[in-house]
Amino acid sequence: MDKQMSTDGIVGQLRDGMTIGIGGWGPRRKPMALVREILRSDLKELTVVAYGGADVGMLCAAGKIKKLVFAFVSLDFIPLEPYFRKARQEAALEVMEIDEGMLLLGLRAAAMNVPFIPTAVGLGTDVLRHNRQIKLIASPYADGKDWVAMPALKLDAALVHVDRADARGVCQISGPDHYMDDLFVRAATHSYVTCDELVDSEYFHQDSAHAHQVFWERNLTTAVAHVPGGAHPSSCAPLYGFDVAHFKAYNATVQAADGWEGYVRDYVDCTHEQYLEKVGGLAAIRELPLPIF
Amino acid sequence: MSTTDFSLAELMICAASEAWREDGEVLASGIGVIPRLAASLAMLTSNPNLLMTDSEAYMVAEPVPLGARKGYEPKRDSWMGFSRIFDNVWGGKRHALVGPTQIDRYGQANISCIGDYAKPKAQMLGVRGFPGNSISHANSFCVPSHNRRVFVEGEVDMVASVGYNPARLARGWSLDDIDIRLIITDLCVLDFQGPQRQMRIRSLHPGVTAAQVQDNTGFELHVPDACPTTAAPTAEQLQLIQRLDPHNLRALQLKDNPPGQR
Repeated sequence: MDKQMSTDGIVGQLRDGMTIGIGGWGPRRKPMALVREILRSDLKELTVVAYGGADVGMLCAAGKIKKLVFAFVSLDFIPLEPYFRKARQEAALEVMEIDEGMLLLGLRAAAMNVPFIPTAVGLGTDVLRHNRQIKLIASPYADGKDWVAMPALKLDAALVHVDRADARGVCQISGPDHYMDDLFVRAATHSYVTCDELVDSEYFHQDSAHAHQVFWERNLTTAVAHVPGGAHPSSCAPLYGFDVAHFKAYNATVQAADGWEGYVRDYVDCTHEQYLEKVGGLAAIRELPLPIF
Repeated sequence: MSTTDFSLAELMICAASEAWREDGEVLASGIGVIPRLAASLAMLTSNPNLLMTDSEAYMVAEPVPLGARKGYEPKRDSWMGFSRIFDNVWGGKRHALVGPTQIDRYGQANISCIGDYAKPKAQMLGVRGFPGNSISHANSFCVPSHNRRVFVEGEVDMVASVGYNPARLARGWSLDDIDIRLIITDLCVLDFQGPQRQMRIRSLHPGVTAAQVQDNTGFELHVPDACPTTAAPTAEQLQLIQRLDPHNLRALQLKDNPPGQR
């Protein structure tokens, strides 16, 4: 069994108007090589579901997003994501703004093949006022209360980046947090994974600690692309931290009239190998310090 | 033993640490430098039963100092990734101290955006975990600059966090399901213990008057006949804060790092 595919092969599987979930969290373990591949493609009118960072910002800057399902978009140490902010302030995209936990529940509902999950989260807030499609339901039980029926967030495709995978799609996330990546994968019809290291299946067999860091079954992985440094400039702990200098420079481009075009010229319109060279090489990425919180 | 030489940030940290005193064994989450130091201080003094995380993915047995650690290793008790945080949140055994951009008379709070929702004047973070936090567990707020742009006249522009607003209650829910504790600002400490949960001045920071607080608030506050003065930090508290914040990040949190005694 060999599920290996190139990143352009993966993006070739995506279609205009699809709903695409992107794993990771803010500036952490984002499948940025796939995002750059989408930026180079003709894809348009995407619905993107994400705990957003520069993945969302860049897709906003390129006008790829028709609708964004989100709880936040942030680079953490740069709290406000520049291009997401610009897009919102120009009313350039539709939004479904929900609580972080509602997003989790929506993915879980999709993963469970149920239409919704009841929750108190969202009650009393403008999340309900701005999302009329999210309904309240009366409890059928003795509590007598209304609850938010968080609808399933079914994804056509999930894009995630992991530390290691084998050709069959067994994926390891060895960093401290796998975030909601497992739920993105389970909520999706197809899941596309990039990995920093492609390993022989023996890797998982020789140490059950590795197998313990596998958060979904291989039959949920549609394809795997081996992309060393594929999360850069986001982090892929423990292999590398996020690139503070790169994010600062990216953030500064929003101030220039043709700032985004310049960023694209410098870091998007190139192969991944060229990208690695431009940002200092894979060895330099692997030296990026892990963030201290 | 109290001292007269302390910064306003340190006064706020000590005042905010009081939020967790009576909480028992809950997860204390302080988001931002002053809130995190406040939670850390509470865990080391008024409530040693508190739980904290390393602000990444583990529960820790003692608060982790801020910034570069010079060999200090967090004392990790257990894994606490983001997905598990929500299990904790929804169970209710948590008290968060967060910093909203806007707060209204009901205690409704906003970190999402300012202005017209369809085309915001200023897009901020998004609602993040505010809706879930506010309907699930106790919350307190930290406001580094007490003014009418924060304490708005009407409702906040985007209600991210539920407050004591009867008009927004869903069927079967009561205001008792909502638990907003303290608001610590650079002028005072507020709570909701006025009549009918009216926002009340709980204590005034040294040198601040009730009129000054009211002037900087977009709605009417309950002002008790006698407002106590916010307790000055003790020498022990200041020492602990120094240990928890060895790089003095607290000095960067308020404009010009003003003294606590005005």
